[in-house]
This record gives sequence, structure tokens and C-alpha cells, in this order.
Amino acid sequence: MKKLLSGLLLPCLLFISTFAIPTVRAENPPTNDLERGKAIAFDRNAGNCLACHAIDDGELPGNSGPPLMQMALRFPDRDVLRAQIWDATVRNPNTVMPPYGKHKILSDEELDLVVDYLLTL
Amino acid sequence: MSINTKSNGSVSKAPGSVIAGFVTLFSYGLLYGLASSAPAYAEPEADRQAMRAHYEKRFSGIPIEAHKDGVYAFDEDAREQWLELEDFPPYEIAVDEGEEFFNIPLADGATYSDCFGDGAIKSQYPYFDEERSEVITLELAINDCRRQHGEEPLPYNGAEIVRLSAYIAFLSRGQIIAVAEPVSEPALAAYNDGKRFYSSRRGQLNFACSSCHVQLAGKRLRSERLSASLGHVSHWPTYRLKWQDVGSLHRRFARCNKQVGAEPFAQQSPEYRNLEYFLTYISNGLPLNGPAIRK
Ligand code: HEC
Ligand code: HEC
Repeated sequence: MKKLLSGLLLPCLLFISTFAIPTVRAENPPTNDLERGKAIAFDRNAGNCLACHAIDDGELPGNSGPPLMQMALRFPDRDVLRAQIWDATVRNPNTVMPPYGKHKILSDEELDLVVDYLLTL
Repeated sequence: MSINTKSNGSVSKAPGSVIAGFVTLFSYGLLYGLASSAPAYAEPEADRQAMRAHYEKRFSGIPIEAHKDGVYAFDEDAREQWLELEDFPPYEIAVDEGEEFFNIPLADGATYSDCFGDGAIKSQYPYFDEERSEVITLELAINDCRRQHGEEPLPYNGAEIVRLSAYIAFLSRGQIIAVAEPVSEPALAAYNDGKRFYSSRRGQLNFACSSCHVQLAGKRLRSERLSASLGHVSHWPTYRLKWQDVGSLHRRFARCNKQVGAEPFAQQSPEYRNLEYFLTYISNGLPLNGPAIRK
């Protein structure tokens, strides 16, 4: 019983904040801008894009959205990519993707860092 | 049935390819969240059928009744561990304590049996009380019984009422959910209020309940599978490992509101009772199987 419980508890603890409102940012943020963009995209308390998208080497991604790859090819126009993240409901009113810019989940600066990072994928 | 007569047409774009049974879901905003006010369609049974059709299609091979077990209906790996937990069910103590509370005489010497007979009565709730013009849940009925017999009502977020309902849920296992179809105008208003709540986007993250439990049901957020709405009401109170205790359906509602950055409502608020009424109606036909265990 004890073993079982801990077996179940572990994944449970990991996913308590599947979604959490951004409050605390990771400590010691990386200095390189692309790394910062990646960190923001991955951080559960920031972009948390891995909740829905498989991205790069991100661990335990969800599958609620499409994998993010070949972004520069798919989005030759940077503004279109930025607009998707700013407010995905414009392109698809029924989307489940949160409106990161419009609802101030990410700041303008953070959003730009994420876009720059995505364009390297 | 009228379709797509929404006054604000902002989210009623149903892809042209949808099959007929789906149209209801789209037009009612259940599959995709509603931006704001939804019309008061008088078609609860059509909603129920559309929801069943949606999940039958999405989880082909899984009978609708199986969703009483939440994610364990389709998450095979997690199911094993979960079934083993049932060998020594952690909710058992709460059921025993509930039985003790149930048998303690109330102020005037009556007992809960005077209100609830042998206690196997959960399938009678929730219902719409036409005289009081509101949804009566089991928890409300417990406090009504107490007042009737000279006791103070119990706080809805306290330990005693959740244990009493755990005992009643246990005694009611196997009963079939059978909420009467809302017909009167006030009953339909309560039902539609719950339905609108379920499909309205809210919070900083902009999710409706239906975004996760209808649109994304079966998919994963990180590694967490998302359960189907049908069956969401069948197994409460539930022992959550995270809570280390049994908790009510409304406590779970509050948790799901909070995780998208929305204000939760109080347990047994009219909002959550109407939501329970809607969700229970569309789950008609599923068996009651509380208390249960969840992560
Ligand atoms: C709750 C799930 C969810 C989260 C969280 C999420 N997305 Fe999305 N995303 C989607 C879905 C679903 C789509 C598919 C198109 C649509 O519905 O808008 C999508 C589409 C996209 C696209 C377009 C992909 C393409 O190939 O057309 C990009 C780019 C994107 N998301 C980036 C992000 C970024 C960056 C984040 C984090 C800051 C993020 N998403 C967070 C669900 C999500
Ligand atoms: C961001 C996604 C998300 C949203 C939005 C959401 N939930 Fe949940 N909900 C979850 C997750 C994750 C779980 C735990 C896994 C599961 O059972 O789906 C859960 C579990 C539940 C459960 C318990 C299921 C069980 O088997 O015990 C209920 C009931 C529920 N949610 C109701 C709601 C209601 C009502 C709303 C709207 C107020 C809502 N949820 C909104 C993600 C969400």
C-alpha cells in the first residue's frame, strides 16, 4: 500500500501545477536571450507551452496542440507567429490556447523572447 | 430545435464537416466555449444525446458508462495502480465516520433516518424544487434536515457534511443517475445557467470547463489526461491523494476554476448548484459509484 501510494503520489506532485497562474519565475534566469526565450516557453509558471505542445527537448509534453517545429518555415512572417501567441482566438475563435499577450500572461518582452526562440526550431 | 441563433455570433462558427449529431454541441457552445450569453434553448435531452455521441465518437470502444471512473476509463497505466488502491480504500474511514454522524440523534431526538430513510437516497439529488425555485443538492437537504430537527446547519466546507455525504454515497452505490428533465421555466433557467457556466471562458488563461473536458477530453496537458464530463458527478465525495481527504464535487469545481486563474464560487452557491444540476442531468443513465479515489 505504501509503495503504491508513493508510486501514485510522485506523478501527482509533478503535475499539481499543470496550469498555474504566473507568480514566481524560475530563479537564476539564463542570460542568453534564446535560452531565456526557451526557459519562458518551458516554465510552468510562465509560458508553460509544454502543457500542450511538444517542443525541442522539452520533457513530458502534452498533446493538446501540434508539436512546434520548423517554425521559420511555417511562419515566414514573424508578426503572424507573434499574433498566434498574443491571442490565438483571432485565428481560431474556438482555440484552447491561452491569449498570452492579450491577457498579460507574458509581458511584451517575454513574448518577443519566446518568438525569437521558436524561430530557431 | 433552433440552431445558431445566438445574438452574439462570435463563436458559433461550426466547421462545415460536422456530423449531424454534433451540430447540437457546436450550436450550444458545449464543444467550444461561449464568449458570453447563450440563448435559453429548451432542449436538455438533446444536449445529453449530443454529449454521449461526442464521447462515443472520441473514445470509440469505450462505453459511456465507463466514464464514471474518470481518466481511468481510458488511461490503462494509471488504471492498474488505481485499482490496487481500492484494496485498502482510503475513503473507508470517512464512510465509517459518516455512519456515526448519521446515527447521532439530532436536537429533538430525531435522526437523519427521519429525513433520509435508510440513507440510500443519493440518486434523488440534485433536483429542481419548484416551490423554492432552486436546485436542491444532497448537501442542502442534509442542512434542511438539521434545521427541521433543531440543529444548526453544517458549514459546507467542513469535515462533517462531507463524511455524511460519503456514507450516503456509499449506501447509494449502483443507483442510476436519473434527474427529471427540466420542463418548467425556472427549472430550465437553472439548467441553462449551469450549461452556460460550463461553456463560458473565464480566468486569465481563458478556458471554459468544456475546453478541457469536452474539446480536449482524452488528450494530455503535460502528462495529465483529461477526463470526460459525463461521469464527472457520479463518484462524490472523492478521496484525492492531493487533498489527503475526501472532498466534495464543489470543492473540485473550485479547484478547476482556480487553476485557470478564475475566481472560485462558494460550495453550494447557486452557481455551483446549477452547474451540478446541468452536469448531473447530462450524466443520466450512469451508475453512482462514490466515494472514489483520484489523484
Ligand atoms: C492549452 C493548450 C495550449 C497551450 C498551453 C499553448 N498552446 Fe499553442 N496551440 C494550441 C492548439 C490547440 C493549437 C492549434 C491551433 C489553434 O487551435 O489555435 C496551437 C497552435 C500554436 C501555434 C501554431 C502552430 C502551427 O503550426 O500552426 C504556435 C506557434 C503555438 N501554438 C505556440 C504556443 C506557445 C509559444 C505557447 C506557450 C507560450 C503555446 N502555444 C501554448 C494549444 C496550446
Ligand atoms: C485547463 C484544463 C481544465 C479546465 C479548464 C477545467 N478542468 Fe476540470 N480537471 C482538469 C484536470 C487536469 C483534472 C484531473 C484529471 C481529470 O480527471 O480530468 C480535472 C478534473 C475535474 C473533475 C474530477 C473528475 C473525476 O473523475 O473525479 C471535475 C468534476 C472537473 N474537473 C470539473 C471541471 C469543471 C466544472 C470545470 C469548469 C469550472 C473544469 N473542470 C475546468 C482540468 C481542467
